[in-house]
Amino acid sequence: MSDPQYRVILAKLGLDGHDRGIKVVARILRDAGMEVIYLGLRQTTASIVAAAEEEDADAIGLSMHNAGHLTLGPKMMEAITAAGLDLPLIIGGIVPDEDAAELEKVGVAAVLGPGASAEEVAAIVRDAISSRE
Amino acid sequence: MGTEENPNLEPQELWQLEYNKARLRDVPFETMSGVPVDPVYGSEPYPGQYPFTRGLYPSMYRSRLWTMRMFAGFGTAEDTNLRFKELLRNGGTGLSTAFDMPTLMGRDSDSEWALGEVGRAGVAVDTLADMEDLFADIDLSSVSTSMTINGPAATIFAMYIAVAEQNRVAPNQLAGTIQNDILKEYQAQKEYIYPPRPSMRIITDMVKYTTAEMPKWHPISISGYHIREAGSTAAQELAFTLANGFAYVEAAIDAGQNVDEFGRRLSFFFNSHSDFFEEIGKFRAARRIWARWMKERYGATDERAMMCRFHTQTAGVSLTAQQPENNIARVGIQALAAALGGTQSLHTDSFDEALALPTEDAARIALRTQQIVAHETGVTNVADPLGGAPYVEWMTDEMERQAEEIFAHLDDLGSGSMLEGTFAGIENGYFVGEIADAAYRFEREVNSGQRIIVGVNDFTEGDNPEDRNLLRIGAETEEYQLKRLQNIKTDRNQDQVDEALTAITETASDPTRNLMPTIIDAVKTYATEEEIANAMEKVFGTYVERAIV
Repeated sequence: MSDPQYRVILAKLGLDGHDRGIKVVARILRDAGMEVIYLGLRQTTASIVAAAEEEDADAIGLSMHNAGHLTLGPKMMEAITAAGLDLPLIIGGIVPDEDAAELEKVGVAAVLGPGASAEEVAAIVRDAISSRE
Repeated sequence: MGTEENPNLEPQELWQLEYNKARLRDVPFETMSGVPVDPVYGSEPYPGQYPFTRGLYPSMYRSRLWTMRMFAGFGTAEDTNLRFKELLRNGGTGLSTAFDMPTLMGRDSDSEWALGEVGRAGVAVDTLADMEDLFADIDLSSVSTSMTINGPAATIFAMYIAVAEQNRVAPNQLAGTIQNDILKEYQAQKEYIYPPRPSMRIITDMVKYTTAEMPKWHPISISGYHIREAGSTAAQELAFTLANGFAYVEAAIDAGQNVDEFGRRLSFFFNSHSDFFEEIGKFRAARRIWARWMKERYGATDERAMMCRFHTQTAGVSLTAQQPENNIARVGIQALAAALGGTQSLHTDSFDEALALPTEDAARIALRTQQIVAHETGVTNVADPLGGAPYVEWMTDEMERQAEEIFAHLDDLGSGSMLEGTFAGIENGYFVGEIADAAYRFEREVNSGQRIIVGVNDFTEGDNPEDRNLLRIGAETEEYQLKRLQNIKTDRNQDQVDEALTAITETASDPTRNLMPTIIDAVKTYATEEEIANAMEKVFGTYVERAIV
């Protein structure tokens, strides 16, 4: 079902331990033919950037459920830019619509809301990557 | 109850004797149309009789409704203190405290990990000073306090004891519950600090301390809620939770505690999801399994030590971001299942929780929902009203059968020890793997349309995202809290702090000593939560989960 094999880093940034959603997303992307590197809980912007460089990743996906997205989302974008990485950042979780708009303003490629279908999740990630190529 | 004194009476007569002694609420026990109803129907075991399948008490909700305990906490300690005092003025007798994420993880507000999280999902507590503010002008000898915290539970508990002491309230007068259930953190909620074994040592120290000093305190609330939220099935929630309970019991027995003494003070916390009969069967099975295991495997003789007392919360994970008003109906059905399952207390979720932290209006509707179940539906007139129904009895048996299969697996993993089996299941990824598999199976069913979620994958017209009024929390709390912590660190006697922290590290390395008194001494010097966590970390190390998808 997939053309090129994309490599996607998934991680939980900060203290938030809600990992049900991101684990489901990991399997969805895998089933859609992508290679998923799940870093796990309690990652920092530095550890995520380092993994993205090392794995030559095509995208980074974060999941946030603790209302920290407006602080941590822009911080992650800064770290990606500072490292000179050109890849899309996708954020999922509990993110109100206005906040999604704000995150997109600082460069977040897409925000996935609760209830997105598996096809939507895979399509959004694929589009976010292919639009940069 | 009372079997020993009245060996010749039939179960029905025994139940009647106990029922007659109970004080009843002053309301008519009849239907809306005026038909009088009996306190219970069907056959033995009657409510209040071992193994308590039909409820813990002979008169159940005729005597006392479940406690409507709504969980709250936000911003600074002063903000939450105002909310507490308002609750108490309005007739509340129980406080339930939500801490922010850094506090739950043993991190101070000035930690780099805390950025963006201070005071957001609960109240921020760094030092004893915050706890003094949190409980200012509240008589701790007359309220019961529930504190939802696990990894750094001993430190927060020590702060509570120290605040009480400042107000001349002795530990033996304090009533309440601290969640303190670390095993489910490795399995589901992931708010751990140390590895499982040293964490168990801390909990055992707390159990010993409360058993000796604090007869009105519940030192652990064994929680399946988070296991279910993480994606488990109902039977897995039931089995993993009770297995964790068995592990705590074995650890306490190994530490020389008397099963009847500490067994009386264990309590549980379950999820109430949307599959109505499955949930009711789960609640009934929980009581029956716990009673049997406590009696038969662990040798409890006091019936109070065999009782599975539980709090219930409706399923946050069942709430949808689409057409969020529909969630009010979901919560109503889940609350009804909890009542029919015989819960001791209940938190109902707010309909907007899939979108943001709940607004006050949404939280009020949630409370009203359980008040409607309690006061309008008539289900509180009769104990275990569904008992005896073939489907309900079958479901109860089925939940028990599935749980026993899981217990057998864990017992095997631990070579006859549920404690070791649980540690092994954490170490080999059994729990997280089972939960992730169940969660993915569910998502696939929803995604394929086999399982309909109203408003999500069917009946999707009519969503009005622009009408939503969501709770926003500003950045002021973080600034305020950082300044406050800085001032405390400047004003305190640093030598005293260092000495107290060294004592904690020394006590941690000697398993024969109890950590609680040294932690209480340390919080009194205004040592921070993170400093105390680090003092123990020197001996205990930290836990990092293998990232398994």
